[in-house]
Amino acid sequence: MMAEGARIDHSVILDFIPAGTKVLDLGCGDGSLLVKLVRQKAVTGRGIEISEVGVRSCIAKGLTVMQGDIDKGLRDYPDNSFDYVVLNQTLQAVKKPDVVLSEILRVGKKGIVGFPNFAYWKMRFYLFSYGRMPKTEFLPFEWYDTPNIHFCSIVDFREYCAKNGVRIEKTVYLSTDRGGRVLRGVRPNLFAENAVYLLSAGR
Amino acid sequence: MPEGTEGKTVPHSKQPGSIGLVEKQFYTFCEPPHEMELASGAKLGPITLAYETYGQLNRDKSNAILILHALSGDAHAAGKYEESDKHPGWWDNNIGPGKAFDTDKYFVISSNVIGGCQGSTGPPSINPATGKEYGLSFPMITVHDMVRAQVHLIDHLGIGKLLAVTGGSMGGMQALRWAVSFPDRVIASIPIATTSKLSPQGIAFNEVGRVAIMADPNFHDGDYYGKTVPREGLALARMIGHITYLSDDSMHEKFGRKLRGKKSFGYNFNVDFEVESYLRYKGDTFVHRFDANSYLYITKAIDYFDLSLPHGSLVKAVEGTNTKFLIVSFKSDWLYPPYQAREIVKAMMINGIDVTYCEIDSRYGHDAFLLDEGEMSKIITNFLANVAESNGILEAAST
Repeated sequence: MMAEGARIDHSVILDFIPAGTKVLDLGCGDGSLLVKLVRQKAVTGRGIEISEVGVRSCIAKGLTVMQGDIDKGLRDYPDNSFDYVVLNQTLQAVKKPDVVLSEILRVGKKGIVGFPNFAYWKMRFYLFSYGRMPKTEFLPFEWYDTPNIHFCSIVDFREYCAKNGVRIEKTVYLSTDRGGRVLRGVRPNLFAENAVYLLSAGR
Repeated sequence: MPEGTEGKTVPHSKQPGSIGLVEKQFYTFCEPPHEMELASGAKLGPITLAYETYGQLNRDKSNAILILHALSGDAHAAGKYEESDKHPGWWDNNIGPGKAFDTDKYFVISSNVIGGCQGSTGPPSINPATGKEYGLSFPMITVHDMVRAQVHLIDHLGIGKLLAVTGGSMGGMQALRWAVSFPDRVIASIPIATTSKLSPQGIAFNEVGRVAIMADPNFHDGDYYGKTVPREGLALARMIGHITYLSDDSMHEKFGRKLRGKKSFGYNFNVDFEVESYLRYKGDTFVHRFDANSYLYITKAIDYFDLSLPHGSLVKAVEGTNTKFLIVSFKSDWLYPPYQAREIVKAMMINGIDVTYCEIDSRYGHDAFLLDEGEMSKIITNFLANVAESNGILEAAST
């Protein structure tokens, strides 16, 4: 759940996904990523979105979308029914991230997960200096009224993957510090604002 | 209102978005000895279907949309027969130039069902074998039978493939049955406020309605034509039905505990509350336009409907359909609750079917599909535009 901004993460995801594949976008929102995938990559795209407003925007874009809760909805999909299952900027908003992550790699041959890094330096600075829950341009919510309930850092996520046999095939770190570009440097856990992972089941 | 028309009544046919004056048409088929064999094994023929059409069929006959009505509906879905008609057709808010089912683009067909009483073959029709009304000798019918009869009509109109089939409630059941049983004839299906099978609660309400009709002393085993009709029973059935079409919220909003034309309780059994008055009015007006036997037959067809038959499971039943679906439910609809729509969506998802699902946050209960608040029509407009575009249908007029 990120406010609208430069969607460099979308270009990264578009680069990850080969043309003509079958893609499920979880928490597809207004369909802005899915519509790019369908138009630019000719994927067979499906979306799941919890809000009626999001679903209506997707329909207006000509997308196939189901109104549903991804915390409940994935168990009905057969194994490997999609080439790619995308969870972009939604991991932090689900009730059971571990269940959703394992379902992504059951339903999809590969998973793409993008999330805001809570250990990003501005977050650390905000918490350290002001002693309050960080608010940023992209995460502008008050602590008591936010869809984001499960933040994690890049280190946390990597550790989760290692422990749960999730293979990280590709990683792209993003930072808005210099115009929302891909970050090529050291210490992504400190300097990356967002991370996008291409994942597959390790076993 | 445009300048200069103030104070004058704009004729319905001249109002923007109105399809204007329309005409009911009839098609008769399955003449003996080519009767239609029904799901029950009984045979029916000849069969007449009443229908109406709006808009123009394009040259390659690819822009046809079939509208399917609910329990008490009929073929008169849009427009008026005469300027002086009090009300237009039942889905006039969605059918017409520039509306969701845009008659500038699409050729819209609205078909009545067999078993009905609004011009199609049903219990009040004359059985040619006896020269008398069928009454309860009319064979039992199913939603599948209704659809199979409509296939004859679509053949007659020379349409190979319908761009879309759609309807709410029992109309949604038909829209599902069309897509599942005749997948090659349907490009897109829009089932609204419907289910793959009615809940026991729904069957229970239908049964109470039927018992009310059959308990009416004027019912005479359905043989009441030319005599006093079982109006009390039919009115009661309709009153019960109307309760199930509303929601707790919509009743609060529509009636509250307001009294009808009085400031204090009457302390008798006459109408005190607005809601009582509404139900009585709905019951009383219904008996003038609907046949009690038809009510029995159609409610039974609704109860019998089970999309999973004869395959045994919903997942198997929807397998192999190429139809694109838009399924719509309403959050406050407790007669056809959203969880039932989600079951259909789930079975379709498992089959990889192109299904879009939207749960509209309306407070108006089951009736929401008739009371357009704009959301549903917008969704339908956009969905249809996409279907039409990907099937190369742009403008009916330009062909």
